[in-house]
Amino acid sequence: MPFIANTDDQRREMLATLGLSGADLFADIPDHLRCGSPDIPEGISEQQAAQRVGDLAGMNDTDLTSFLGGGFYDHYIPAAVPAIVGRSEFYTSYTPYQPEASQGTLQAIYEYQSAICRLTGMEISNASMYDGGTALYEAVMMALRITRREHVVVDRSVSVIYRTILRSYTTNLGIELDETAPDNGLPDRRAIGDILANGETAAVVVQNPNFFGCMDEFTDLAEMCHEHGALLIVSAYPIALGLLKSPGDMGADIVTGEGQSLGMPLNFGGPYLGFMATRKKHMRKMPGRIAGRTVDQNGKDCFVLTLQAREQHIRREKATSNICTNQGLCALTAIAYLSLLGKEGLRKVAQNCAEKAWYAQQELLTIPGVELRFPNRWYFNEFVLELPTRADRVIRRLLRDDIAAGFPLARYYPNMDNALMVAVTEKRTKREIDFLVHSLENAL
Amino acid sequence: MNPETLRYSEQHEYAGVEGNTATCGITDYAQGSLGDITFVELPDVGKELKKGEEACAIESAKAASSVYAPVSGKIVAVNEALEDDPAPVNDDPYGDGWIFKIEMADASEAEQLMDAAAYDAIEKE
Amino acid sequence: MKLIFDKSMPGRRGVMPAESDIPVRANLDSRFLRSEPAALPELSELDVMRHFTALSEMNFGVDSGFYPLGSCTMKYNPKINEQLCALPGFANLHPLLPQLSTGRDRVQGALAVLHHMDMLLREICGMAAFTMQPLAGAHGELTGVIVMAAYHKAKGNDKTTILIPDSAHGTNPASAAIAGYDVKTVPSDENGVMDIDALREVLDETTAGVMLTCPNTLGLFNPHIAEICDMVHDVDGLMYYDGANLNAIVGRSRPGDIGFDIVHLNLHKTFATPHGGGGPGSGPVGVCERLRTFLPISIVRETRDGHYYLDYDQPEAIGYIAPFYGNFAVIVRAYVYILMQGADGLARVSENAVLNANYIRERLKDHYELPYPQLCKHEVVFSASRQAKKGVHAVDIAKALIDRGYHPPTVYFPLIVEEALMIEPTETESKETLDGFIEAMIEIAKLAETDPESFHAMPTSAPVSRPDETQAARKPDVASLA
Repeated sequence: MPFIANTDDQRREMLATLGLSGADLFADIPDHLRCGSPDIPEGISEQQAAQRVGDLAGMNDTDLTSFLGGGFYDHYIPAAVPAIVGRSEFYTSYTPYQPEASQGTLQAIYEYQSAICRLTGMEISNASMYDGGTALYEAVMMALRITRREHVVVDRSVSVIYRTILRSYTTNLGIELDETAPDNGLPDRRAIGDILANGETAAVVVQNPNFFGCMDEFTDLAEMCHEHGALLIVSAYPIALGLLKSPGDMGADIVTGEGQSLGMPLNFGGPYLGFMATRKKHMRKMPGRIAGRTVDQNGKDCFVLTLQAREQHIRREKATSNICTNQGLCALTAIAYLSLLGKEGLRKVAQNCAEKAWYAQQELLTIPGVELRFPNRWYFNEFVLELPTRADRVIRRLLRDDIAAGFPLARYYPNMDNALMVAVTEKRTKREIDFLVHSLENAL
Repeated sequence: MNPETLRYSEQHEYAGVEGNTATCGITDYAQGSLGDITFVELPDVGKELKKGEEACAIESAKAASSVYAPVSGKIVAVNEALEDDPAPVNDDPYGDGWIFKIEMADASEAEQLMDAAAYDAIEKE
Repeated sequence: MKLIFDKSMPGRRGVMPAESDIPVRANLDSRFLRSEPAALPELSELDVMRHFTALSEMNFGVDSGFYPLGSCTMKYNPKINEQLCALPGFANLHPLLPQLSTGRDRVQGALAVLHHMDMLLREICGMAAFTMQPLAGAHGELTGVIVMAAYHKAKGNDKTTILIPDSAHGTNPASAAIAGYDVKTVPSDENGVMDIDALREVLDETTAGVMLTCPNTLGLFNPHIAEICDMVHDVDGLMYYDGANLNAIVGRSRPGDIGFDIVHLNLHKTFATPHGGGGPGSGPVGVCERLRTFLPISIVRETRDGHYYLDYDQPEAIGYIAPFYGNFAVIVRAYVYILMQGADGLARVSENAVLNANYIRERLKDHYELPYPQLCKHEVVFSASRQAKKGVHAVDIAKALIDRGYHPPTVYFPLIVEEALMIEPTETESKETLDGFIEAMIEIAKLAETDPESFHAMPTSAPVSRPDETQAARKPDVASLA
């Protein structure tokens, strides 16, 4: 019997202790509420499962040369990362409710929180959330709580995936989401300023680098927000923070982002890691678990979950969020990755990404008819090309050469039929980039 | 303040009435059952409250409780010192541990609250 | 132990990225750049391995020992699940690939897993359709409540309130409130289950639905559950099944047959995926026929010729609640587990989970107060009230268990039992393990009689002992800043 330890003899013995028969164990469920055996296949052995599921994995094409991004990137994962995360003392444990049995998890979370603060330039981080999109939604809810206002500005240069999530969650809540149109790929200061002037906006949400790959400097926007009593929420890309100015340095009030790039495989969409950091003054309005450092009864330094009175298991319907745990193992992955690469390594990864993307962009722009959709902007590792023909058609052509050339923006943005969004990570080689350029030229 | 002269609500808040102003906090019994208070979320000055409405929340390491307005009126002052150090709520609930002051809308409400003897009696239940 | 930042040695290098093979240097405008690199540690790979290995040794997992944490279903996590979900064909798959024209041809195996899981969970739970997207149990709850709201909106119902028993997990009221509902609590009756008369009193036309675990957090199956479903349906309310406790009845009773309209599952509980020190989980949501059009975008469907595709054409859907298709790697693990168990295996899971819980109930009932003495399902809740009179509280018993090599049960929950000790052994534990735990509990009960003072120093064998939580919350130190 898979994964059941008691032998038949032991079961008999235990039932005898109870004075029951096997059937009696479910006697409290009324007859008509019991079911027969569910109509699913008979169980199979581990070897058979490995074969069958291995076959399914084999049906997926992972030999593509991929220039897909959109917030989710194919970065190199050092071998030591899965070696750390694969220690079963970590992955078979649960939320550290008993600090004495969970110092490993707790210290790792504290170190993760510290690293996120150092990367984002903020003072406080939570222990992580599900993903970048839900973290952004939680940041918006937090801003509403802090300002006690009900209006939020979200620029359309913020990930369309996050924006759709935001809409799904807020539909029934009477929250007004105002989406502003970017000006040549960047948030339009004048348009946002006009809205802020009404004095009713809780927060302005922007992203850096934004969904189109454009880099921005938000110090002016932060000042505008603060002048009108609004908060600036910045969604950030943690690899880029190896090189780019931190949102904290620009005056952001809440920083969130997708942490997948910090050592997590793409995994067809998850599990990923949402991070969230803020200023100390907003600490008690932040959702999610938080680990803190304290001393034990013998005066020894140690770690516990803290500020728990914000959370659902205590505050119930008045909690800051319904989130129960964090993404513990993903946060561990991120701190392991950041520790292994270290100060210089992360900078180098970011630089490699930027350089390779710069090279790809320059080469692609030599193709006749290919232009930047948002010219005269600065890009990190992703950019949007305007092709002389429909992007989806070109993508289909290149897939035949086993190249995933990028993402067609028409999928989410009307009137962008010819826009192709191309992402380049440190894993792409010059040869692969040259092959992309060559194939794209042939496809046009 | 002298606990003997204060008025008490059934939710374990006290009100010390001076003229038209009530100084409010939680009772010694309440602080004892909550344990060490770790944070007091103070109400906003200027907030209008009806008797029995939630004024603010206080937190201990593993619990959170609402503090209700024992009388109706407007918050005119809050004990900002508690933001940095909430310990007085435990150590001196009727003195440095006061939480907020209400300008009463209806002074007769205070008289409807329990006196010390009546509160003592329900506390012992 | 020293923080990893405090072990940093300037100039030391860990894993160094390759030199770029690109002939140009990017010329980035300095106004976008950091003046200094982020203050991450500088360590060798070995330094990092030793640091995290040492941390792992200060952690207790299911592989370390018995972990009867009530309501969390800490069963064994089969290693084959870890191996298969990490296959490159799954792990390296970009989620946007199927959204490219012809891209779906490249991800047929992954879409097949999602579709098969939908079908398997439908059959196991008796529901009409599942979404695999919710990223955790609480996220499933929120998704389910948003589906509930969409249903009432579509019908023009004016519903404002969700009813929740007093024994519920905190996530239930929090999820309902965050979705915009008022929450009313329904008390339990003298048998520990939802008081049907109290329900009748608060149930009315404004009731959007009732959220329940069944069996509940006391491990008790509510004998009136079908009647409760009927009552709620009579006011056009929906019944929400919190699947936290499905391990108790899997393969033997189906929420859909009982009358529930919405179900969320915790794959990390019933279906054996690891808890990861607090996530990632996975919280698929199943619904009955009349709610299926409200499920979030997208849904994996199968064409007549056996191909899989993502259907985005769902006009009534609640929208997107996660970026893609759920916590896919977690779903793969649960899929492997269900394939290996099959129908018979799942029925044995619940049988042994229930047997183990009742065995503990029977053998400890003379030593600890048992407020609800009847047959339980997958977990049993004792009270340390007898010991508390001697000054030994539930938390002290927990610390004493740590010294004896066990992870403590859940303490002080459910809230309706004072000094609660909530024990969930799961089916993967053997009688010998249970006997060892029972002996330890009995010895602790005796020690509480003879030497209650001795508990204060416990645990003495753990790396730390009773952190000062008051100081942690009063003067929060939650990050080491550079």
